[in-house]
Amino acid sequence: EFRRFSLERSKPGKFEEFYGLLQHVHKIPNVDVLVGYTDIHGDLLPINNDDNYHKAVSTANPLLRIFIQRKEDADYSAFGTDTMTRKKNVLSNVLRPDNHKKKPHIVISMPQDFRPVSSIIDVDILPETHRRVRLYKYGTDKPLGFYIRDGSSVRVTPHGLEKVPGIFISRLVPGGLAQSTGLLAVNDEVLEVNGIEVSGKSLDQVTDMMIANSRNLIITVRPANQRNNVVRNSRTSGSSGQSTESSLPSSTPNILGSLLQGEEESDEEDIIIEDSGEPQQIPKAAPASESIESLSQIELLHESSQNGFLPSSEMNLNHSAGSISMEYEVPEPGRKSLEEDGTIITL
Amino acid sequence: MRRFLRPGHDPVRERLKRDLFQFNKTVEHGFPHQPSALGYSPFLRLMAIGTRSGAIKLYGAPGVEFMGLHEENNTVMQIHFIPDQCQLVTLLDDNSLHLWSLKQHGGASELREEHRFTLKGPPGSPPSATQVTAVLPHSSREVLYLGTESGNIFVVELPSFRVLEDRTITPEAVLQRIPEDNCNRRSCELVEALREHPKNPDQILIGYSRGLIVLWDLQNNKATHHFLGSQQLENLYWQRDGSKFISCHYDGSYSQWPVSSDNRQSEPLENTVPYGPFPCKAISKIYWQTTKNGLPYIIFQGGMPRASYGDRHSISVIHGSQQTAFDFTSRVIDFFIIFSSDPAAEFDDPSALVVLAEEELVVIDLKSAGWPAVHPPYLASLHCSAITCSHHVSNIPLKLWERIISAGSKQNIHYSSMPWPIDGGTNIAPDPPQRDLLLTGHEDGTVRFWDASGVCLHLLYKLSTVRVFLTDADPNDNMNTLGEEEWPPLRKVGTFDPYSDDPRLGIQKIYLCKYSGYLAVAGTAGQVLVMELNDEDAEHVVDHAEADLLQDQEGYRWKGHEKLKTRDGPVRFEAGFQPFVLVQCQPPAVVTSLALHSEWKLVAFGTSHGFGLFDHQQKRLVFVKCTLHPSDQLALEGPLSRVKSLKKSLRQSFRRIRRSRVSSRKRRGAGGNASEVQEANAKFDQDVLQEMELAPVQRKIEARSAEDSFTGFVRTLYFADTFLRDSSRHCPSLWAGTNGGTVYAFCLRVPPAERRMDEPVRAEQAKEIQLMHRAPVVGILVLDGRSTPLPEPLEVAHDLSKSPDMQGSHQLLVVSEEQFKVFTLPKVSSKLKLKLTALEGCRVRKVTVANFGSCKTDDYSENDLAVLTNLGDIQIISLPFLKLQIRYPCIRKEDVSGIASCVFTKYGQGFYLISPSEFERFSLSTKWLVEPRCIVDMPEVTSNNHVHKSDTENAARKS
Repeated sequence: EFRRFSLERSKPGKFEEFYGLLQHVHKIPNVDVLVGYTDIHGDLLPINNDDNYHKAVSTANPLLRIFIQRKEDADYSAFGTDTMTRKKNVLSNVLRPDNHKKKPHIVISMPQDFRPVSSIIDVDILPETHRRVRLYKYGTDKPLGFYIRDGSSVRVTPHGLEKVPGIFISRLVPGGLAQSTGLLAVNDEVLEVNGIEVSGKSLDQVTDMMIANSRNLIITVRPANQRNNVVRNSRTSGSSGQSTESSLPSSTPNILGSLLQGEEESDEEDIIIEDSGEPQQIPKAAPASESIESLSQIELLHESSQNGFLPSSEMNLNHSAGSISMEYEVPEPGRKSLEEDGTIITL
Repeated sequence: MRRFLRPGHDPVRERLKRDLFQFNKTVEHGFPHQPSALGYSPFLRLMAIGTRSGAIKLYGAPGVEFMGLHEENNTVMQIHFIPDQCQLVTLLDDNSLHLWSLKQHGGASELREEHRFTLKGPPGSPPSATQVTAVLPHSSREVLYLGTESGNIFVVELPSFRVLEDRTITPEAVLQRIPEDNCNRRSCELVEALREHPKNPDQILIGYSRGLIVLWDLQNNKATHHFLGSQQLENLYWQRDGSKFISCHYDGSYSQWPVSSDNRQSEPLENTVPYGPFPCKAISKIYWQTTKNGLPYIIFQGGMPRASYGDRHSISVIHGSQQTAFDFTSRVIDFFIIFSSDPAAEFDDPSALVVLAEEELVVIDLKSAGWPAVHPPYLASLHCSAITCSHHVSNIPLKLWERIISAGSKQNIHYSSMPWPIDGGTNIAPDPPQRDLLLTGHEDGTVRFWDASGVCLHLLYKLSTVRVFLTDADPNDNMNTLGEEEWPPLRKVGTFDPYSDDPRLGIQKIYLCKYSGYLAVAGTAGQVLVMELNDEDAEHVVDHAEADLLQDQEGYRWKGHEKLKTRDGPVRFEAGFQPFVLVQCQPPAVVTSLALHSEWKLVAFGTSHGFGLFDHQQKRLVFVKCTLHPSDQLALEGPLSRVKSLKKSLRQSFRRIRRSRVSSRKRRGAGGNASEVQEANAKFDQDVLQEMELAPVQRKIEARSAEDSFTGFVRTLYFADTFLRDSSRHCPSLWAGTNGGTVYAFCLRVPPAERRMDEPVRAEQAKEIQLMHRAPVVGILVLDGRSTPLPEPLEVAHDLSKSPDMQGSHQLLVVSEEQFKVFTLPKVSSKLKLKLTALEGCRVRKVTVANFGSCKTDDYSENDLAVLTNLGDIQIISLPFLKLQIRYPCIRKEDVSGIASCVFTKYGQGFYLISPSEFERFSLSTKWLVEPRCIVDMPEVTSNNHVHKSDTENAARKS
């Protein structure tokens, strides 16, 4: 069910007022709802305080799409990165047959209020002394913000201890993504970049690899401070060889899985501007089998969203899709469209 | 799905790869970097050049080339051929001697190092005792005489390098026979020259540095004659009949000494200071050549008046009343004379003077009047003005080839017609399969056309763009026109001229259409010239247009150089490529990409600000597109700000050097306050260490953003006839790729030929692709329905290529520094990609489509991408599936200029600069391989009892 109304961009007001306005517009004064919007990257992000409300209004381009879900039915997983554009990942489906089964969500805090900026991954397969960190770089202004340098580290080899050259984090930029995660620190040794070992590679090569992967950077480090390591139960109980997660047949596909998945996601983002002047993401030229897969994925998403969103029966309008989508027009003075700065030939 | 396929272990493909690809560095073109020694064998008619990096190169007839490299990488000080042998001895600056020989192996000769040897003195003797200063290979071929700094002359057996201690000629033995009153032990320090008597192999002439010259009898082990020069000796030369010899001296004089059995007089016949009477520089080497008409040729190096001409690098030739001092732009390393080598001939009869200067080889014809220079078929000075870019065109049609040669021959009339005098060995390489041109652009605004078909890189034609512009330098300024009365009679020779009058003239991009003879050349100050080949001289006006790439965008100010001023009115051009259109970009930034379509008569050019399209038929600018990001201020400031930072970094590095010097000097300081110094040193070192810890080499990890500088820099331009708008109609299109990962596609409407002059060419932007990884786009290519790259313009019209498949769907290949991506056309959707940087940490520097033929069958060939990375590796990547085929390390990754200079040919060969003056040629193909293959036969020695002439050419060079 759609509503469309305008809002003064310069004076958006407070979130409370906006919330009230929404309830009023949809005539649902006593229903608790979750409010979300799609940002410029197509991510569904929550609106639940003044700050992210203002942010949302400022990103209006000039339309702002707002999604409203009833709180008790809300699907928190709908929020986060790539939620609006994520396509079916064939590989992950094949490798992880359990993907289709809907796992019950364990809500620890309020993930719906955030989007991930970093995560520790593959804890179950890495040695305890290592840490694999994934940094999510959105097209935002926030820099990745770290520097690397050459150094030497000590390795255990068949010939005893040997000093070998290594790559280390040399500096974190204050306010940068790397620093804000708290997962990386100065003098951490970099062991892998997106699954590729850096040993034998020069500082410049590693720099290039990191920059090339900067939109979805996964670095495996040996932290300089080894006191904050994750301690796993499986180790202490003595069954070190076995993984506690039964869903994983062995650890290797998981590495592959997570890394490849990351790669897939980060990739199909090239933008094409056809002569219409409208920027679009470049689709993948899909072979037949793959398109079927992606179709089914879309259906899945629909189902899940239908579950979470307000049932249409409560609405006055007879609406089959079940979701409420509104487009808010925000006047935007002086915005340059793409064709203006371009050629002498008008499109 | 492609991920599930195991990477290439298809045995059939693996076998095919072996038939297609193979990496070889085949030949070095150009002039050896930092030559340090020269040798010549009149017997083999081969010349040898040694370099400061320990390389030794042999040259004979065109195509006959050998190369060797000393393991030590030390400077080659002297080269001596063993008389009448295919062997030579080199002396390095670490005092080691090396014996090289040419041996036939598998039907061709090869240069190999056979032995090495370092002279060892008795224990406890100073190193100078065995420091070799002069080498004389004896004509018996059995021994080598080694003169040393100590004055001893050691005798070494060949080829074993065994020292024959009993035959050592000691200063004591020499002094025994010489009256004590004018000689002492010090007279015999440092052997400067050793010369074998031309007629009597049992006599050698020994010249000591202080001026004493002794004729030594090897049979009786005694000095038969001695001669006492008053000046420090530089060199010696025997006259052909052995009755006289010449000595040359430090003060710029030379003396002629008679040698006769009865007369032991030690006074010179003649003592001359050719450029006296004021103090002169040393004459370091001299030749005295007899001729039939009686007047000798006296040829010597140096001897210029010290005060006014002391800085000249000259070689003087005196023949009767004729005297010329050939003036070289770089230091003279050594020289030799080619003369009659027949031992029975009565006279030397010199034919050519061969001079090795630091930057070029100059050969002077001594037979023709006026002593003109000979055009060398190899050892071209590629760097006579610094090379700024290069462009290779394969398989030139015969017609164009002949026209270029004819244009070039008109430029070469001042050269001698003498055949190349160094003509030893036989070239047995098969004739080059096709005619290839290598075009080099230079800093002085010239383009040189080289015949790159075979082993000898040979200059065909030189094109200058200077004439179009008004520059400070007068083009008629001829260095050779010196007044009659001028003394010394200097004459400039050679082509090496590293000084550029105006750096804006520098050539940055070249594009030659081999079918139409259209040539586009673009330079440092945003100038783009389109030229046409004309066989006659002509005078005409060059049409001039300006392309404002900023299009009146506000707030920009160009702080770089000004645009070049053009000459008004008609300009006279010599036969060859003559410009008819000049487009000047505004701001006048360096042209960074260039494309020419000779069929549509369009030229496209790009700078750091944008790109434009010019119709050179109607002489009309079709459109310009600004690619500048509004926040990119750096691009506007021009090259100046970068120079500043370079200066700064230079200053810093100098400081660092100075500091380290100071510290090392301190360390050396000894004496009473040693501990104090040490303490200070320790403190200093600690400071330095701390400083280093504060600022280690570190690299910032940051995603590329649209605001990065130079994102608008246009890296590549490409014309294609393809499906841009819809899949039913194809049309001409122009593609441009920028440093910021953007690809622009313009749809062009070119009027049909009959209305070409009446209707304007139109262009419309059809697509813009922004690569999310934002890496610079270095290559754009359209593949036709059969996945074959589209042919070059006019290639199909000339029946040299199948017409492209316009039925199937076309694909677009975009190569960025980090990835290869294939998109479908006309609807752009990504189809395939190959990530390079994310996986390997290397970036694409150069990419070209190359055709690889199988060495097994003639009917199989395929197109692949040849890629050079910033690590200096070459990778071959298959089309259209983008699979890595093979990888070869090629250039050291530190060799940035080598990597930047690399060009690939269309048939899997390539060139890159290994020094400012040398191209290394390499081949990736099993089929197209241009490498020297030659035989050096031992010329037959007619009679065994004839007197061996000493190898006087290999005069010992002063170290």
